[in-house]
Amino acid sequence: MTLKKNIGIVKPEIFKSLNPLRLQSGKILKEYNLIYETYGTLNKKKDNAVLVCHALTGNHHLAGRYSSKDKCPGWWDNLIGPNKPLDTNKFFVIGINNLGGSDGSSGPKSINKQTKKLWGADFPIVTVEDWVNSHEALITSLNISKLAGVVGGSLGGMQVIQWAIRFPEKIKHAVVIAAAPNLTAQNIAFNEVARQSIITDPDFNTGNYYETNTPPRRGLRIARMLGHITYLSDDVMGSKFGRKLKNKNYQYDFKTEFEIESYLNYQGDKFAKEFDANTYIRMTKALDYYDPSNGSKRKLSKVFKKIKSKFLVISFTSDWRFAPNRSKEIVKALLDNNIDVKYAEITASSGHDAFLMEEPRYHTILKSYFNSML
Amino acid sequence: MKLNKNNYRYDFPIIANWVKPNSKVLDLGCGDGELLNYLKKERNITGYGIEKDPDNWLKSLKTGINVLQVNLEEGLSEFEDDSFDVVILSKTIQSMHNTEEILNEMLRVGKQVIVTFPNFGYWRDRIQSIQGVMPKSKELPYSWFNTPNVHLCTIKDFDDLCKLNKYKIVGRLVLTDTKSVRFFPNLLGALALYNLVNR
Repeated sequence: MTLKKNIGIVKPEIFKSLNPLRLQSGKILKEYNLIYETYGTLNKKKDNAVLVCHALTGNHHLAGRYSSKDKCPGWWDNLIGPNKPLDTNKFFVIGINNLGGSDGSSGPKSINKQTKKLWGADFPIVTVEDWVNSHEALITSLNISKLAGVVGGSLGGMQVIQWAIRFPEKIKHAVVIAAAPNLTAQNIAFNEVARQSIITDPDFNTGNYYETNTPPRRGLRIARMLGHITYLSDDVMGSKFGRKLKNKNYQYDFKTEFEIESYLNYQGDKFAKEFDANTYIRMTKALDYYDPSNGSKRKLSKVFKKIKSKFLVISFTSDWRFAPNRSKEIVKALLDNNIDVKYAEITASSGHDAFLMEEPRYHTILKSYFNSML
Repeated sequence: MKLNKNNYRYDFPIIANWVKPNSKVLDLGCGDGELLNYLKKERNITGYGIEKDPDNWLKSLKTGINVLQVNLEEGLSEFEDDSFDVVILSKTIQSMHNTEEILNEMLRVGKQVIVTFPNFGYWRDRIQSIQGVMPKSKELPYSWFNTPNVHLCTIKDFDDLCKLNKYKIVGRLVLTDTKSVRFFPNLLGALALYNLVNR
């Protein structure tokens, strides 16, 4: 008999907060919505809840499908489900679309109740800190006083760190994957190129493009292409595409000549149709701003002083956007505080993207760790 | 490796004897975490293990060890001076390239350092050398062409290194199988255990 491994059909829910949220920027969101999904069952003691934080372009839809005709499952379906590493037979898993997102949480594409119009460009800049504060309000509304774990990769990993710093009493385990305690100048630089490509697209219209229905697709497309290059490693691009041509011979024109061009164009087009530009530039800003120790490695140890959760930190050898050394900075600050931490450096060729892949060692480690959380 | 009736390695009780209760311990090359778990049980220690082999790393994780996948050859930069009561390097020194560097790093990070290694001066090894072949034994099970060992040494060699670098030896024990060797330890001992302190 084969074990059931898929969650099946899922449905999102809405958390409506009428309590004002004071943002890091000083602005106040008077009320806000968060769209979220849950999988599995919260047990009687309410101690089996795991929050999964999403990265740049993710959302609350972690796993399962919306209908039997739905082509793609949630973005972390290979990890989450019955008998999968994050086993929904044991855990109650929660995914939340972050504020500023465009999939149902309050963001540029949602209605501002004060003005009764779309927020558009007026939606404030939100940060990792703001996200975690709003997550906590949602978790509390579910009557969960302590999460068994908070899990996230990349920007999601930063949210996990922030959870451990901000709410030390409310999180038992922190799983930080392919993350860093802040972005390097090189990383901020990539984000700025992506933003500039969107902002300077004439269709962007300072972020007010919803009414005219002219999203800045050219800008988004270039931003995504750039992103894709940096999420992969030179090696994996070489082995996947190399210098392979679309046609048998060179065409000596500016149409797609190489396979890699075709791949990037396809990814760019797809993304530009699906993703919201105002959300994209806000998510990259949240990445840039996050820096719990204001750039000081020494101070990170001090910031970690009140942490009570246990940590699993994972990096990937070929990830040059969030390199293993950045994960080691997190580990060092944890060690300085005698915090329980396990650290693995996974040999993987696929770069930053590796954290979303089903690499056997990676998933075995996660499965073992998750099992130890109960 | 020979196991005694309690199913742990026979050098563990000696190491445990040198570790004070409730110490904070760092085990370099912790393997499957057996020594750290033994010390947890016998000495109520807390601590971390370093292991680069993925399979051993996972075994350590499964037993609850705080295991870190770090390359020892790159030093112990993750660790502050005097941040551990005891740093242990058990049967690993012979496979390290930067032998002196790691010993200095251990003495920087730990107040006390325990090193154990197979004694290359052991008579069985010497006989094989005289016979013109690279020695193989219970402690050194590898053939010359597939051994991870690059810096084998004798007890006398290690004493000389300690003298040269002014490491302070506070305890030394030499074993062959389970028995302590007092006479001609460099000839009759298979395994050497050193207890050093930083000053």
